[in-house]
Amino acid sequence: MTKENRGTPLVELRDISIAFGGIKAVDHVTVDLYPGEVVGLLGHNGAGKSTLIKCLSGAYKKDSGQILINGQEVEINDPRDARAQNIETIYQTLALADNLDAASNLFLGRELVNKWGFVDETKMEAETRKIMGRLNPNFKKFNVPVSALSGGQRQSVAIARAVYFNAKILIMDEPTAALGPHETQMVAELIDELKRQGLGIFLIEHDIHSVMKLCDRASVMKNGQLVGTVNVNEVTDDDILGMIILGKKPAKAA
Amino acid sequence: MSDTPHSAQTSAPGEGGFRRFLRATEIDPRLLGMLGALLLIWLGFHLYGALVLGEGSFLTPRNLWNLSVQTASIGIMATGMVLVIITRNIDLSVGSIVGVVGMYTGLLQVEWLPPSMGLGNPMIWIIAVVFGIALGTLIGWFHGLLIAYLAIPSFIVTLGGLMMWRGMAFLASSGRTISPVDTTFALLGGGPYGSIGATGSWILCAIACAGIVWAMMRGRAARKLHGFALRPMWAEYVVAGISAGLVLIATLIVNAYPWPKGILKDYYAKLGQEVPEGAFVAHGFAYPVIIMVVVVLVMTVLMTRTRFGRYVFAIGGNPEAAALSGINTRAMTVKIFALMGALAGIAAVIASARLNSATNALGDLDELMVIAAAVVGGTSLAGGVGTIYGAIIGALVLVSLQTGMVLIGFGDGSYRKIVIGVALVLAVYLDIVYRKRIK
Repeated sequence: MTKENRGTPLVELRDISIAFGGIKAVDHVTVDLYPGEVVGLLGHNGAGKSTLIKCLSGAYKKDSGQILINGQEVEINDPRDARAQNIETIYQTLALADNLDAASNLFLGRELVNKWGFVDETKMEAETRKIMGRLNPNFKKFNVPVSALSGGQRQSVAIARAVYFNAKILIMDEPTAALGPHETQMVAELIDELKRQGLGIFLIEHDIHSVMKLCDRASVMKNGQLVGTVNVNEVTDDDILGMIILGKKPAKAA
Repeated sequence: MSDTPHSAQTSAPGEGGFRRFLRATEIDPRLLGMLGALLLIWLGFHLYGALVLGEGSFLTPRNLWNLSVQTASIGIMATGMVLVIITRNIDLSVGSIVGVVGMYTGLLQVEWLPPSMGLGNPMIWIIAVVFGIALGTLIGWFHGLLIAYLAIPSFIVTLGGLMMWRGMAFLASSGRTISPVDTTFALLGGGPYGSIGATGSWILCAIACAGIVWAMMRGRAARKLHGFALRPMWAEYVVAGISAGLVLIATLIVNAYPWPKGILKDYYAKLGQEVPEGAFVAHGFAYPVIIMVVVVLVMTVLMTRTRFGRYVFAIGGNPEAAALSGINTRAMTVKIFALMGALAGIAAVIASARLNSATNALGDLDELMVIAAAVVGGTSLAGGVGTIYGAIIGALVLVSLQTGMVLIGFGDGSYRKIVIGVALVLAVYLDIVYRKRIK
């Protein structure tokens, strides 16, 4: 499937730049994402992947460039703006408040309230039980702070938070970095499932094999600049490695 | 007390009777520990008095009533300090805020308003109270702005505030003591006339007991609605029974403390009567104590039932995660310090009313008592952990130590300081041991 006949992209990041103290962390980068597609973002540490994606999630504010959602230009100044556009992010650090339980983290910033405006703890716990029953049926620790959970359990809380609020666009920053093989497999299945539901997913990933398995396209960055974007099924592992290390786009996948 | 709607956890096999009791009733063991320590301190002072001095004077209605009044201003501020410390900040300025607010409310009601409104105008005390709380809020809000938007550490901002506001309190009156305050205003500090009497106390007691039963039923209903496991019925009865029992005991105590003879004479003289034979007029709950209870209820609801409270805990647990969740952490910091300032304003009203005067030393070193109360009550300086009821029990522990030392004849300030210093370090050590053991 070529790019031209797929209609409007779900997300277009056009010509995005952001600098920190004179260092161009992201330098005129353009990437896009279609519904039902997983786009991998690759590159060395410090290549600018996470920074680029934080401009979309609202953690950073871009210096220049445009963000288009369904062809409409939008301003994303803070995480609230991003959430309003149904953009959900699973950060590498998971961004969980360790002292709160799963339900409090899942609904953080979007607590369910009753008609008097008070937080409805029981309802939040009930909803959390429902979604965790779907994502990770083994999850039982609802009443303890998330600091008492294993890496995989914490990850499922972070994922549940993204999934619960009907994300259209999902950003995953190394979702499997801290996980064992079984949990990694669970995340892979979840990504496939969400893809089928028509979500667009940006996946920041270091592991080439995961990229080849999970992604439809891969965009490679080096030193803040975009090396290129390739269709994963048209290239080999080595082609992508070459892009990451040498910063050169393979000739055959132009 | 314990109406958290979390689903009950199933009991594990082989656990002891006491553990099973705690699990079924869902009582926080730390709460029991703190109450136990408080009771030990009380018994200790009383027994020392009874055995060594020949008269145990701690566990008497008179002393316990005084203790409740003395705890009010520290306790009220400690509930706000909990929020400040949970969000990994500190407020060293509360004592000086009490000083400057007390001084300006004193000047307002003694020197500025009476010439135009007339001495004893019933509006004066209301204006003074509103002004005091507003001034405290404004100062706290200003501190919050410096901390949140100029990124100056709260330790520095409030250390500066500690010195600056104390200096302002002195300058405001050139060091004079402003006295006496408005007569209605003075009632807010307690005293025989500043209490609600026996009948009022019984009415409050009945309302509180009804509230306890209502909270219990509401908690059960919420759990039933979502199909969560319920606490066993006996556990509900035990928790509600103990809570109501404590309220009842408190009411009995304050109603057992009679007005002194002089006040009785004064009271009946105003009615134009002789003091009747065997006249007994009880104090009942003092106004400052009622104010403290209302503050505790409001702050508890704020912390456990509102988004604001959630965000306080979230910021304390992980500021970055809170910001990424769309919480405006800077605005939260400003609000928290403004709230702390408002509570210091209330404390200033109570403290100056109790003294019946405003001096520039009002609230001196209160910041240390308030921080110590929050910490003894289980608030973690690492952030993210703390409770309102803990802060009140912490304040009771510290004020008990302070007044108890006086009662048993160690009134010299240095002994009190040593004992309170040791208690603070010991309390935090015990807390660390406890936290390690539950992990």
